[in-house]
Amino acid sequence: MAIAEMTAFRRPKPRVAARGGTPPFERFLEEQRATVYRFLLGTVGPVDADDVFQDTFLAALRAYPNLRDASNLRGWVLAIATRKAIDLGRSRARRPTPVADPDDAADARTAVAELESGGPDLRDPLWTALRGLPPRQRAAVVHRVVLDRSYAEVAGAMACSQETARANVYQGLKRIREILGD
Amino acid sequence: MRDMTNDTKMLERRLRSLTTGAAAMSKRASAGLGDAAATEGLLDLAYGFTDSPVGRLLVVQSPHGVVRIEFAESIDDALQELAANVSPRLMESNGATGETRRELDEYFDGRRRDFDSPVDLSAVRGFARKVLDATARIPFGSVSTYRDVAGRAGNARAMRAAGNALGSNPVPIVVPCHRVIRTDGSLGGYGGRLDRKVVLLRLEGALQED
Repeated sequence: MAIAEMTAFRRPKPRVAARGGTPPFERFLEEQRATVYRFLLGTVGPVDADDVFQDTFLAALRAYPNLRDASNLRGWVLAIATRKAIDLGRSRARRPTPVADPDDAADARTAVAELESGGPDLRDPLWTALRGLPPRQRAAVVHRVVLDRSYAEVAGAMACSQETARANVYQGLKRIREILGD
Repeated sequence: MRDMTNDTKMLERRLRSLTTGAAAMSKRASAGLGDAAATEGLLDLAYGFTDSPVGRLLVVQSPHGVVRIEFAESIDDALQELAANVSPRLMESNGATGETRRELDEYFDGRRRDFDSPVDLSAVRGFARKVLDATARIPFGSVSTYRDVAGRAGNARAMRAAGNALGSNPVPIVVPCHRVIRTDGSLGGYGGRLDRKVVLLRLEGALQED
């Protein structure tokens, strides 16, 4: 923070009030963290969820002072999380070892062991099916089905048209059914 | 077609139940965020707590030093006020507040007489700032008077203004406003909690036990 701002310490600052009620970052975190984590659990999986969760909120904190519109903080932070999840999905896809290899399964078991009871059941074949989707389809399916967001919201988070969002959800669900049916 | 619809609904239900426990996991994942944010230099203010003989203390750190210390009953109001008036980028961080909290612990344990952590008094201007600067130079174990600090701040007759400046000292204990008493030797004020002033002065040996 600029020193000039610190000197206004005890005086009310109209600039902040005029910015339209950006809540304290910790309150924003508390209100949005469960939704963001749920999204990341579905998209990047339990092993990477903690790291991407932290990256997402650090990016949000970095951008927080320049936030012009605080009316849709959930949409804003989910858009950040979506970019992070898709980037990670793509970098994983470029790696020589596939994501669902035995090492990864071992990592996943370790992560699960660390989780409190009541965490996700990693033996569920749905995880494998979700991981089998291209990153954008996976993100679209989690937005639409797990978070129950509208196609307009899915499109907003993924920076695409509603038609594309709808197509991604449709293709994703179809692919999951195929993988589960194998 | 009916089978397909049922199949879709079932699949959607299974997908939703896949992320059971996300709320609890998100809480755990948030725990280290304040420290990570402080390390990356993303916080305008970091806060932490320490327990002391004068009760629970809030310690707030700016990039320039300790900027606020509050006693137990004022902690919630202070955090709200700082987030609203200074910056919303305020988070709890044990790391960023660690040095000041450690020095406070040592002080209350009788192992420290002076604080080394830098103090950020940039919010206090004018005569009030001069009063606090004069107060910061009163040595451990001794006391001064309202008249004396007013004089050293440049106006010996402004005792009431000096008292007001001390009463709104943003960093009590570290800037030792408890070492300022009345010219007649009576203790004067301490934000309505004279018992705390007594504890601090006894700790420093400036006031004898009864």
